[in-house]
Formats: sequence, structure tokens, C-alpha cells
Amino acid sequence: MKLNLGLLAAVLVAMLGSLMAGRTWVPFDHWLAGDLQSLIVMELRLPRACVGAIVGASLGMAGAAMQGYLRNPLADPGLFGVSSSAALGAVVSLYFGFAVSAWLLPIFALAGAGLGITALAILAGRSGSLILFTLSGVILSSLTGALTSLLISLAPTPFASSEIVTWLMGALMDRSWDDVRIALPVSVLGMAALLWAARYLDALTLGDAAARSMGVNMTRLQWLIVIGVGLTVGSSVAVAGIIGFVGLVVPHLVRPLVGHRPSALLIPSALAGALLVVLADCLVRILPSASEVRLGIAMASIGTPFFVMLLFRMRREVA
Amino acid sequence: MALRFDDLTLALRGRPVLSNVSGGFSRASVTVILGANGAGKSTLLSCLAALRAPDSGVVTLGGRPLVAIPAMERARQIGLLPQQADIHWDINVRALVALGRLPHHGRWSHNAEDDAAIDEAMERTDCARFANRKAQRLSGGEQARVLLARVLAGKPDWILADEPLANLDPAHQLDAMACFRTTATAGTGVVLVLHDLTQAARIADHLIVMKDGGIIAAGPVAQVLTPAVLEVAYGVRVHIGQDETGAPVIAPIARIA
Repeated sequence: MKLNLGLLAAVLVAMLGSLMAGRTWVPFDHWLAGDLQSLIVMELRLPRACVGAIVGASLGMAGAAMQGYLRNPLADPGLFGVSSSAALGAVVSLYFGFAVSAWLLPIFALAGAGLGITALAILAGRSGSLILFTLSGVILSSLTGALTSLLISLAPTPFASSEIVTWLMGALMDRSWDDVRIALPVSVLGMAALLWAARYLDALTLGDAAARSMGVNMTRLQWLIVIGVGLTVGSSVAVAGIIGFVGLVVPHLVRPLVGHRPSALLIPSALAGALLVVLADCLVRILPSASEVRLGIAMASIGTPFFVMLLFRMRREVA
Repeated sequence: MALRFDDLTLALRGRPVLSNVSGGFSRASVTVILGANGAGKSTLLSCLAALRAPDSGVVTLGGRPLVAIPAMERARQIGLLPQQADIHWDINVRALVALGRLPHHGRWSHNAEDDAAIDEAMERTDCARFANRKAQRLSGGEQARVLLARVLAGKPDWILADEPLANLDPAHQLDAMACFRTTATAGTGVVLVLHDLTQAARIADHLIVMKDGGIIAAGPVAQVLTPAVLEVAYGVRVHIGQDETGAPVIAPIARIA
């Protein structure tokens, strides 16, 4: 509880900080002044900070749930192929030039995530088997990845293909309140599904047979996870493109703080994910570069050294 | 509330694993299932725990088919200690034992009754002294005791345990047997799959001996545990002796060609 409150406070402080930070520095006494600077804060930076927090929370919680469900600390929300399905949906809308309306791209992305979930259902069947399920996810993500590449190569103009490639890198540039309106409800629904699954994840600590003997319905758990991950990841891809590493790194960092219990990990991972994304987004805005560094790229650059560090620690334990 | 199985038949990948077996267990007693590797003991146990559905036949608890009982209610009545000792996350011992309460409480609540059951289970399995250690860093035997405590913490009417002595040293084997005995005396029905014939002879009130998916003998220990039955079940000649208290000691001597 203390951890959650501390993280929540940190997220709020980071969001307030992100309202000030950027190309032009806006001190807080100008936020409500009604001038151009307050317009920047209220119509650009505030929705951007909100989208960042929603995306980070979604990815953080989805990652924690995936790792708990698969009992693998290296599992990533992208593993089920839902994020690449959502990306494919968005790329389709970019390819056909539908993205002129603020609503169409996210809606296509959400439809892509929904189709991805349906495809998983058809591929994996109702067995509740972990191996079948993971394999189905791998098949789905390689298929959607291939289709996305196909669309990039078939793009009518170099401009269109570069637009797709840039979008895929993930960013929070030019987000509006519309994006918040799309992402928030979907994300909240997904998180509710994941929280519903929380205590079943704890039982899985003792393996499949023990969990089932404790009354856990594996098929229901599988669908709570896939719908929860689908909605959270789908909504975050819809408004921010593909942002890696959050879902992988955040649960890792938080796990020792909650005594390694999968259920206790969900909410702190969501808060820490929100914190990481909002902070990283502040960073890309104040970096002195000609055009803003894409958030997805920044996140990968933060994530890689982290994993090198983790690798070295594991090497010491193995040796 | 009797636990019974009638006419269970099950084939896995086309190979018959259980063929038309029937039997029952009574509360407040210990039943041991014996048999060679692959005789169908673990499969029978997983049918009794509703982890596997038989192709035909039915398992009933108090006259109700197991499949008709909601999963959480069933889990409160039947506790299973699987053979595979999985501990996937480095949670602390007390948190692991507390998982045994999962079928009992509502979504987030945790009450004094839960705490009492957890403490008692840890006391009885001699786990209390490492309550705050990390479960993954314990020895195999310590983990086995913690996992047993998890099952006891659920206070089920029935405990099904698949080779619960496998990782234990002689002292803790005796402790575990004593623990099963006390649990049975308190009214729980205990069903164990064991390989150690001496331990089986000493703990069991009833025996079920399986071979090739069928039951070749069932009943009180004195009737069932004879050289003739064990020769058929395991294909070995056995020596059945007594220690100074008169309790049986059974040692396999040689394979029968």
C-alpha cells in the first residue's frame, strides 16, 4: 500500500513536471493564464501526459500479468501477437490514408487487436494449454509482422511508407484529448480483467496441477489474461504505436519490492510503468535535437543497458 | 461424505491407463495406493482430484459426481499435493503456505481463521522456523514440507498426496507420516501414493494395489500386503519381517524373471 501511494505520488509529480518541460519552459503560474502558453499546457502537454500515463500503466500491468501467467520473468506483452495485430490495424489505416481523422487510426488499431484475440482463440482452442497458447501467439505475431512489412513495401509513395515506419516506432507527439477518450476506457476495462485474474496468478506459482486443484479454472484464466492484455496493449498501441521494454522491464524492477507475488505485482507495475513512460517522454522533449527523438527508440535505448546489467547479474549467479 | 470411484476407464494417447476400476475411501483413515511405475496410481489420483476426466465411470464425493461440484467448493474439500514440486516465484514461505487458503476466502479478504490455519499447518510440518525465508532457496526436503503445509492450510476433508516422501530424509519421512496420521485421526481422509513398502505397511489402514491400470488387491493391510500380492504387483520377491516393536519391515530381495 505504501509502495502504491509512493508510486502514485511520483506519477503525479512527474506529470506536473511534464507540463512544464519541453521546447518552451512553462512555469506553473502560466498554466491557467489563458494565453498561448496555457494553451500549450492544457491542449498539448496535459493530454500528452495523460496518454503517456495510460500507455505506461497499460504496458506495465500487461507485462506483469503476462509474466505471472507464463511463469516466466522474460515474457513480454508483445508475445501473444496482440500488439503486432493492433499495429497492423493502424498500418492498414495509414496505408489507405484513413488516418486523416483523429479517431480512425486508433479504431483500426483496436479492431486489429480484437481480430488478433479472435485469431488466438481459433488457433489455441479452449484447452487452456500454455504451450499451445504461446505458440499461437508466436505464429500470430510473425504473421502480422510479415503483413505489416508487406504493406510498407507496397506503400504507394515513399512518403506513405516513411509515415508508417515512423508511426511504428511509437511516440506521444501531438496527442489530443480524443486520444485520452479512446485509450482510457479500453485500458481501464483491460486492467479490470487482469485484476480479476490476480489471485489465480498466485495459485499458478505452484504449477498447473496445484492451481487447478485449488479451484482455478485454467480456461477462464486464459481468457481473462488474453482479453486483459489485448485491451490494455491494444489501447496503448492505438494511441502511441509500439513502445517496447516497459512491459518487460517494469515488472522486473518492481517484483522484489512486493515479495515476488504475482498478484501484488499488478498495480505497482501499472504505476511504475506510467512513471517510466511519463519521465521518458519528458526526456525526449527536452533533449536538444533537430526533431524530437521517438519515444519508442528512447525506451529501447534505456531498456538495452538495463538488460545487459540483468544479464551480467544472471551470469554471476550461474557461475 | 465418502469419496468413491466407480468403473473408471481412461486411455491416454490410445494406451489404456485405467481399466474399469472401482473403489472407495473413508474419512479418518489412511489409504495407500501401491503399484509399479506406470500402473496408473497417479492417473487415478488425478481423476480423484478432478484434474483429469475419465473416459467413462464417475468419481463421487458424498454421492455427488465430482464434475457437478463447483471448482472452489471441490477445492475446499479435496486438497492435492502433486508429485511435481513447482515453485515458480521466489515468494516467502509463509506467503506460499497462505496460497492453501485460496479456495476459502473471498477476493481480497484475509481473516484470523486463515492466519490460524496457516500457523497450524506450518507448526505441524516443522516449517515455522523458516517462515520468512524465500521458498526457492530452501532444500528439496524443506520445500516438500512447505508444500505439504500449503495443502494442510486449506483444511480439506480429503488429502491426496502423490509420493509425498520422495524428497525427505528419514527423520522428516517419519515426521510427515506422523503428520498424515494425526490429520487422519482428526477426521480427514488421507490417500497417499507411496513406493516405500515399509512406510506403506506402517501408515496405511487400507491398501489399494494396482497393476496395468487395474486393481489387483484392496483391503486392510494385513490381508493385502502379502508376498504373493507384491510378487504380482512389482515382479519382485520380498522379505516381510518385523522390527522390535512388531511393526512390519518389507524389503525387496530379487526380481522374479
